[in-house]
Amino acid sequence: MSTIRTARRPMSTIRTARRPMSTIRTARPGLTTVRITGLGWSLRLRPRALAAGLGCALLAVLAGLLTLGSGDYPLSLGEVVRALTGGGTPAQDFVVNELRLPRVATALLVGAALALAGALFQSLVRNPLGSPDILGFTQGAACGALLVVVAGGSSLALAGGAVAGGVATGAAVCALAWRHGLHSGRLVLVGIGTAAILTGLNGYLLTRARLTDAARAVLWLTGSLDGRGWSEALPLLVALAVLGPLVLLGCGRALHLLELGDDTAAGLGVRVGPLRLVLLAAAVLLAALAAAAAGPVSFVALTAPQLARRLTRSPGPNLAVATLAGAALLAAADFAAQRLFTGHQLPVGVVTGVLGGGYLLRLLAGERRAGRI
Amino acid sequence: MTPRTARLQGRGLTLGYEKRTIAEQLSVTVPDRSFTVIIGPNACGKSTLLRALARTLRPRAGQVLLDGADLASLPAKRVARTLGLLPQSSVAPDGITVSELVARGRYPHQGLLRQWSEQDERVVRESMAATGVGDLADRLVDELSGGQRQRVWIALALAQQTPLLLLDEPTTYLDIAHQVELLDLCACLHEEQGRTLVAVLHDLNQAARYATHLIAMRDGAVLAAGEPREVVTAELVERVFGLPCRVIEDPESGTPLVVPRARRRVAVGAA
Repeated sequence: MSTIRTARRPMSTIRTARRPMSTIRTARPGLTTVRITGLGWSLRLRPRALAAGLGCALLAVLAGLLTLGSGDYPLSLGEVVRALTGGGTPAQDFVVNELRLPRVATALLVGAALALAGALFQSLVRNPLGSPDILGFTQGAACGALLVVVAGGSSLALAGGAVAGGVATGAAVCALAWRHGLHSGRLVLVGIGTAAILTGLNGYLLTRARLTDAARAVLWLTGSLDGRGWSEALPLLVALAVLGPLVLLGCGRALHLLELGDDTAAGLGVRVGPLRLVLLAAAVLLAALAAAAAGPVSFVALTAPQLARRLTRSPGPNLAVATLAGAALLAAADFAAQRLFTGHQLPVGVVTGVLGGGYLLRLLAGERRAGRI
Repeated sequence: MTPRTARLQGRGLTLGYEKRTIAEQLSVTVPDRSFTVIIGPNACGKSTLLRALARTLRPRAGQVLLDGADLASLPAKRVARTLGLLPQSSVAPDGITVSELVARGRYPHQGLLRQWSEQDERVVRESMAATGVGDLADRLVDELSGGQRQRVWIALALAQQTPLLLLDEPTTYLDIAHQVELLDLCACLHEEQGRTLVAVLHDLNQAARYATHLIAMRDGAVLAAGEPREVVTAELVERVFGLPCRVIEDPESGTPLVVPRARRRVAVGAA
């Protein structure tokens, strides 16, 4: 796609161009259509969503670069970029690529995975509160991790325990809420109940752990990116690379229809049951992997999709923008957590908790003003 | 009586939810290019039958045949290009405009690289015009009245461009004027565009007036099927609904009009 031309001429005049393409502003606001007449392709773009996505991506990159460049060994932006592209001094190379980059990459990936999972849940249960924190999956991941801690397992085993716990809880909650189909109200209630049980169980497990293990577990439970390396980032990268396109390109449009109600979606040719199962599995997996990498970082999954909706001002799930917003949010939160108080680092979960909690209250206040609660 | 060429038919259907069986060995035929209306008392299985025809409910036994093929074996998107459905309840997402909602009806005709063709655009415009919501194109669906909203949902089903359209109690929650307006619209779609319509209706007189083919159900079984004139008799209405009545000619349309008998005949006679 070399150039995009804004044309109000009839299509026939454009067809003479070698790679004919036209951009037509339809009567519908906020939508632009790109048609490649030769191939019969037509793509719909929302300029506002594109701008929002680009903005979030830029913010994520900027937050990442700032984090890479600041700290005990400060570097200028230029130096950071040089080090990233292999042109820095050995010291710069070590600080940027060995010490700081794994953590920044983990932050970006965890944020993206949590946000995508959150956007999927919120759309599937048709409820802005449908995030993995509230549906109990995060608590399940924590439970799996704590079991490993009590048994005295390694960090790798802890991550494995978190994934297993998250996936098992996800499967259990969905199975318990299943009654000819998955209904959003039942899913939220079962999820909240499961979360409550698991929170209690987690508290009990903490009392059973040795003191040093318990301290490590508590740090993990707040959600921390401290000391995260490529071994945490890699599984997430693979999961996002596989599930991202599958969900965004393969299921995104069908998910829009699912929001109209199961029967309407089925009438429009969506295979409701299989679609919901695939998307739930993807979301549970993403949330569990994110928890395994950084612990249960709170509120990103809840906040990012809502942020995306407000930025794009368009209805329905804005999966791509939400994913980028999540990456930007967590990268920015991690920058703040590391650098806000000099000489004293906060776990990133504290920052997202404070920011996300505040945002949630604002959201609820807005809903209340609008008379929806 | 049942033409073998009918595009949509149900054969030996056993329908139910969980342990509850609603209908057994149910067979129906929807005549091509008819405006078929399914009537019957509450909980007689008429909506269940419609859901089975629309493949939102999988039959426990038997088959729904679409153009001779088992509905369950056909690809979902292909079915959706032939068979449209207006369910009893739909959800309009927050902040969606009328035209955006109607545009979603084009899904079965679209693909990853064919997201919004000129044809999509034209069909959506025509569907909104046909249902009289063209002027509301940029309005938010949340802001509309019940009657307007129902027409928007019908526009969505029309945008699907299916020769067959199933409507599950489309007049529910509408006042009498909007009910008539909506049924006039359905009759128009049937007559002018040659679509086959199947609707579940509660009002027997509306069914008799608008339908070209009636299916009367009770307790999960079809008691009668045919033209309203043949089906709507005092004897059958009593059998289906348990309602003693007289059937007279509708002075406006000439179709059968059901008038329930007064229960306290003595008091009426005295007056």
